Amino acid sequence: MTLFDFIQRLLGRQKPSGTMAKERLQLVLAHDRSDLNPELLEQMRREILEVVQRYVEIDIEEGDVSLETEDRVTALVANLPIKRARPLPALVAAAAAVGMAQAPDPEAPQELAVPLASEPTEDPAPADPD
Amino acid sequence: MDAVTSAPARIILICSGKGGVGKTTLTANLGIALARLGERTVVLDADFGLRNLDLLLGLENRIVYTAQEVLAETCRLEQALVKHKQEPNLALLPAGNPRMLEWLTPEDMQRIVAMVAERADYVLIDCPAGIEDGFKNAAAAAREAIVITTPEVSAVRDADRVIGLLNTRGVAPVQLVLNRVRPKMMASQEMLGVEDVTDILALPLVGLVVEDEQVIVSTNRGEPLTLNGNGSPAAKAYQNIARRLRGEAIPLEDPSKARKGLRARLMNKIRKTTGLF
Ligand SMILES: Nc1ncnc2c1ncn2[C@@H]1O[C@H](COP(=O)(O)OP(=O)(O)OP(=O)(O)O)[C@@H](O)[C@H]1O
Ligand SMILES: [Mg+2]
Repeated sequence: MTLFDFIQRLLGRQKPSGTMAKERLQLVLAHDRSDLNPELLEQMRREILEVVQRYVEIDIEEGDVSLETEDRVTALVANLPIKRARPLPALVAAAAAVGMAQAPDPEAPQELAVPLASEPTEDPAPADPD
Repeated sequence: MDAVTSAPARIILICSGKGGVGKTTLTANLGIALARLGERTVVLDADFGLRNLDLLLGLENRIVYTAQEVLAETCRLEQALVKHKQEPNLALLPAGNPRMLEWLTPEDMQRIVAMVAERADYVLIDCPAGIEDGFKNAAAAAREAIVITTPEVSAVRDADRVIGLLNTRGVAPVQLVLNRVRPKMMASQEMLGVEDVTDILALPLVGLVVEDEQVIVSTNRGEPLTLNGNGSPAAKAYQNIARRLRGEAIPLEDPSKARKGLRARLMNKIRKTTGLF
């Protein structure tokens, strides 16, 4: 450790490199083990937020979806602070919209959310012969 | 080595993912240590492309045949096994030679290991670096494994990949050796600690080997540290691994937390709180 590092540590400005190594490893191994690259994770995060937003108003800025790993078990951990639940009509619309690619715009008037639900959603799968 | 078989042989893969972390050194030292404890031991060099195990054991001039000739039935197994002069309980079997273009299949590996296992208590397989074909071949016949790593991010990450592969292959138990530990750096947290690595990899630790210049000296001589009761820290560590493998309960001491005299303890404390030296 150089004198500079030492002073930085005394001042609490820098973590010891061993600690940094552990933190960096935990992050990279969570991704290695799940075979999810940061891009896929980001896409999943966006989709999860969309779904959750149909039911509750959440703080998007504070929302966090990440991978954590312990004892070789990797978990998807979502921390989504809820501002408030949506009023009932919006909830009904949200329920109707399940399966839609797009979430109702939270800022839009609620009536607008309803027509979205009447847009053709995925066709019910035709009965499989076998 | 006679053909009296008792318990089935322990077939242990020594692997790491990352290269140069100490697989071959561990295989050589562990092989000698087990042999000295009376176990009939065969070390199999599966890293035939860049074989080194012969050199570390001082047997480089005595290799005539390899597993390939045994499988092709151009020689008998006894002819291919190179017995160690000072430690006749130990024999080396090179999987192949570097001029060989095509190696054996995983099935070949299983066949040769089965033959060797009939006349041994321990078969240690020195794995090549990487996780490709060389690894897959070496792992084909392994029942258990020792993953060796150093306390560095790249080595630990690669070890994690290998552990994942071993798990899917059903190799068990998989145990960990942490090599090239620098107690001072660990104490000042400028290196991943022992617990950091065992936490992350979630494997039981079977050995801790400190960074030791004697390892290099012994490699130069072609005489593993465990051969002549050398009292160096690494030699003791290798001996302890051998004994733990046989089921002896030998406590693992974290060298970065070693409690010595009052003065040493005090210095350790100062070091830990200040990271000064
Ligand atoms: N505990 C130790 N202290 C000091 N040097 C060590 C220690 N362990 C290994 N080394 C040195 O590290 C180098 C690599 O060791 P070794 O050849 O055993 O690694 P390896 O994992 O078999 O490498 P490869 O992946 O190339 O097969 C050697 O020079 C060896 O002397
Ligand atoms: Mg090697």
